[in-house]
Amino acid sequence: MSYLIEGETGDWEVVIGLEVHAQIVSKAKLFSGAATDFGAEPNSQVSLVDAAMPGMLPVINEVCIEQAVRTGLGLNAKINLHSVFERKNYFYPDLPQGYQISQFLEPIVGEGIITLDMPEGPREIGVERLHMEQDAGKSLHDQDPKRTFIDLNRSGVALMEIVSKPDLRSPAEAGAYMRKLRAIVRYLGTCDGNMEQGSLRCDANVSVRPTGEKELRTRAEIKNINSVRFVMAAIEYEAERQVEVYEDGGNVVQETRLYDANKGETRSMRSKEEAHDYRYFPDPDLLPIDLTQDFVDQIKATLPELPDAKKQRFIDDYGLAIDDAATLVADKETADYFEAVAKAGDAKLAANWVIHELFAVLNKASLSIAESPVSSDDLGKLVGLISDDTISGRIAKDVFEVMVTEGGDPADIVEDKGLKQITDTGEIEAMIDALIADNPEQAQQYRDGNTKVTGWFVGQIMKASEGKANPQMVNELLKKKLG
Amino acid sequence: MDKATVNNIAKLARIKVSDAETESLAGELTNIFDWIEQLNEVNTDNVEPMTSVVAMAMPSRVDEVNDGDDAERVLKNAPDRPADGSSFYAVPKVVE
Amino acid sequence: MPTVNNALTDLTIAAARDGLDKGDFTSKELTEAHIAAVEAARDLNAFITETPELALKRAKASDERRAKGKAASGMDGIPIAVKDLYCTEGVETTAGSHILGGFTPPYESTVTQNLRDAGAVMLGKTNMDEFAMGSANITSYHGNVINPWKLDDGKDRVPGGSSGGSAAAVAGHLALGGAGSDTGGSIRQPASFSGIVGMKPTYGRCSRWGMVAFASSLDQAGPMTRSVEDAAIMLQSMVSYDAKDSTSVDQPIPDFAAALTGDIKGLKVGVPKEYRLDGMPGEIETLWQQGIDWLKDAGAEPVEISLPHTKYALPTYYIVAPAEASSNLARYDGVRYGLRVPGDSLDEMYENTRGEGFGAEVRRRIMIGTYVLSAGYYDAYYVKAMKLRTLILQEFQQAFEGVDVMLTPTAPSPAFAIGEKMDDPVQMYLNDVFTVPASMAGLPAISVPGGLSDEGLPLGLHLITKPFDEETLFRVGGVLEEAANFTAQPSYLGGAS
Repeated sequence: MSYLIEGETGDWEVVIGLEVHAQIVSKAKLFSGAATDFGAEPNSQVSLVDAAMPGMLPVINEVCIEQAVRTGLGLNAKINLHSVFERKNYFYPDLPQGYQISQFLEPIVGEGIITLDMPEGPREIGVERLHMEQDAGKSLHDQDPKRTFIDLNRSGVALMEIVSKPDLRSPAEAGAYMRKLRAIVRYLGTCDGNMEQGSLRCDANVSVRPTGEKELRTRAEIKNINSVRFVMAAIEYEAERQVEVYEDGGNVVQETRLYDANKGETRSMRSKEEAHDYRYFPDPDLLPIDLTQDFVDQIKATLPELPDAKKQRFIDDYGLAIDDAATLVADKETADYFEAVAKAGDAKLAANWVIHELFAVLNKASLSIAESPVSSDDLGKLVGLISDDTISGRIAKDVFEVMVTEGGDPADIVEDKGLKQITDTGEIEAMIDALIADNPEQAQQYRDGNTKVTGWFVGQIMKASEGKANPQMVNELLKKKLG
Repeated sequence: MDKATVNNIAKLARIKVSDAETESLAGELTNIFDWIEQLNEVNTDNVEPMTSVVAMAMPSRVDEVNDGDDAERVLKNAPDRPADGSSFYAVPKVVE
Repeated sequence: MPTVNNALTDLTIAAARDGLDKGDFTSKELTEAHIAAVEAARDLNAFITETPELALKRAKASDERRAKGKAASGMDGIPIAVKDLYCTEGVETTAGSHILGGFTPPYESTVTQNLRDAGAVMLGKTNMDEFAMGSANITSYHGNVINPWKLDDGKDRVPGGSSGGSAAAVAGHLALGGAGSDTGGSIRQPASFSGIVGMKPTYGRCSRWGMVAFASSLDQAGPMTRSVEDAAIMLQSMVSYDAKDSTSVDQPIPDFAAALTGDIKGLKVGVPKEYRLDGMPGEIETLWQQGIDWLKDAGAEPVEISLPHTKYALPTYYIVAPAEASSNLARYDGVRYGLRVPGDSLDEMYENTRGEGFGAEVRRRIMIGTYVLSAGYYDAYYVKAMKLRTLILQEFQQAFEGVDVMLTPTAPSPAFAIGEKMDDPVQMYLNDVFTVPASMAGLPAISVPGGLSDEGLPLGLHLITKPFDEETLFRVGGVLEEAANFTAQPSYLGGAS
């Protein structure tokens, strides 16, 4: 089902390309030995190189090259053995050199593919390229009435810019793309994916066109969006704005826009209005990066299992439904957690418990899986208790609640609270006999052919046993006794 | 090269030039580029642009923090800083 | 006026080293003599910043080392002049520009650190064309440098550029050696104009770390001295492999002075015919032929060679160097160091600062560079120039398959009077016509005084060798020096004219 905007003149299709800036996980910056930690004191992580002091020169951090290659491999992309750093020239106070060292004509990674799991099925989105570049510093505009303050801690931090093809067709796809890309880089350990701290940011190129039109129309670039939710909201707003512009007889202008999350709208950035001429040219302080295939192969050999492969394995080995598998692999920690739980035996049951019971608890308390109050070991034990009929699913929920609020080993909780399932035929038979004796009318109804009354009997037995009677046995024995 | 081009380049390069200067620069730059035009005599169709003067692989550094951690060192030459002495550079307010 | 001890300021580095070793004098005495000379010669305007106290401190430390028999190198205790392009810890560094006014680096460039470690005594920071852009030392914010070579006509002549301050200091016996930098001829051309030796090593031999950048793919440090042997001794203390410079080359470093054997028998000396320019003064032509004959007499074999793309080197250079400079000089924006001229908005502040902070020639070159990189012109100019650079490099490589060294004039004229050649930038640029090709190819080259012009001004001869073959350069340079027996002295020595 495609996402279309219904205009007055007809249906409009939205065309989206995303440029994602992902901070490379490295101790030091791309071209200097200063630290990259988040939240340090202003200008405390700035080397002479980062401050562009006269005569300072860049030297590439080898780990950043490895991380870029690793990411490229994770995106099933072509690794360019020869790539070149160029200077992108523009003036801004948080860009001390007056240029950003980036890659332009010859990036380190070429075309790749990201597969999205959409409700209507998988969607392959093309990756145009991945290149390395320096981050800029931070401008603080609200500290002084007349001045802007500059903190260069981020200046020179290594980024990967990952550019998609204009293959995305809805805000939902854009959101899925961001989530998938985030999952991949986190699996790879090449970016921590922390959008709140700006480790992962996104520029969205958005255009619209009447359905059926082949040519791309003028796009607007929405800069620096820092959450998946905002990416989707910004695109939705922008696409509708553009449809309105066209339908009012106007034209969309190519421009940079800013998403205002408070107002839920995009607006033109006046400061970026001026025509850009970045005057790219190869950085004469650096040499081309020439990699060997052997180097690339060595990195390839150390790649972890990535979300798509893991998802397939979950489906194949554990028999999980596609949706469940996709949910579990979205995050590596979740996938690992699930696998630990599944060790107990019933993987499908484990998946259910993680996706439904555990996620509900985590979502409610805004906790990450790493902060889960219930360890994977304990949840595994609980699932084990269900599978071996020690407790019923119903009772398990009570046990789980105790585990969440008070903690503890599920077996101990079951023991302490006497929640063990009643599987003793004699005990259940006795309860049924007593129930039939006390309720001859209902028993007669059953014998007269009203089998629906079984439900009432089961309910009564479960009540009498405080939920501990094995429901399957209760059913079987009831049929026998009543029939 | 006309005055408009000179003004355009001056703007790109963030250099203030007076009207009089624009005039003389246009003349000088025209002369220089006329002289440079002789390069067009050379057919360079199948020539690769030079990428580096030295024939060697680019050296790299290990991923190790060994610099920074001294804000004063990078700030001490700054023409303007916040009055409270906090560790920032200061520039005229930027409107986004 | 302090009295200048000419007995000490007239020495070569080698002789001064020997005198220090023998205890004939101390570094303190040697340094004091030079400090006096520097002060006496202030009207040459060779120095932007004098550092006498620092010099005496370092001289004292040198004397202490020598007393313990632990001289650091052949440069230990030798007073030198340092081009103001090198960032020097705690000493103002301006690169001859207003825009870097008041900038005091908290760091020392690798080359000057090497010289410090070798025990050399810095007398001060020498004047230079602003950001090394010039061939006459007339673009400095700190004023023109005057060539110590004077004629009876009363005119002040340029010392060449951009390392004009170092050239004047060495030629005028204010320092025993000078650290210069060469982008298109900025060591060799002023050496020729000033009657001294100027040497540019192979690109990558000396670290560029801490040198204020002009054109990164061309800039290279080098020594300026009064003898070829001195250049070898001084270069020894400047070179190093430096992991902080990605274009520094990790090559074995030979004993450069040991290369001066005087034996050049059988060496093939290439004489590129395209260097015979139309309208070249007869005196240049004559000297060049003289140089060929000298080398032939010493047993070398002159070979005429052809470098057809040579004539395009200079216009190519005037694309490449300004392009790189326009980007390298973007960091001078009034935000983190140096000059800031206020403005109501950020852009106004930028434009005011850079408009006032840069002089006319620097502004002109930034404009050229910005233009050749701008949208629509990049391929026509910059890419074209980089292709020509490939051709120029290949041409040198092929030529060096048949010859060991090339001999050319250093400059197309002797030093000219201040004020001449100033109307037309292109005329000024032609000063570097013989030096730029080697720069484009990153090759080592040296200018050795060959003789005097008809008027009595020094003229240099220029040698070029293969990459990292500085030894042949010094060897042939030594032979040329001996044959030329250049003993003429400028009229203005050690502040005494």
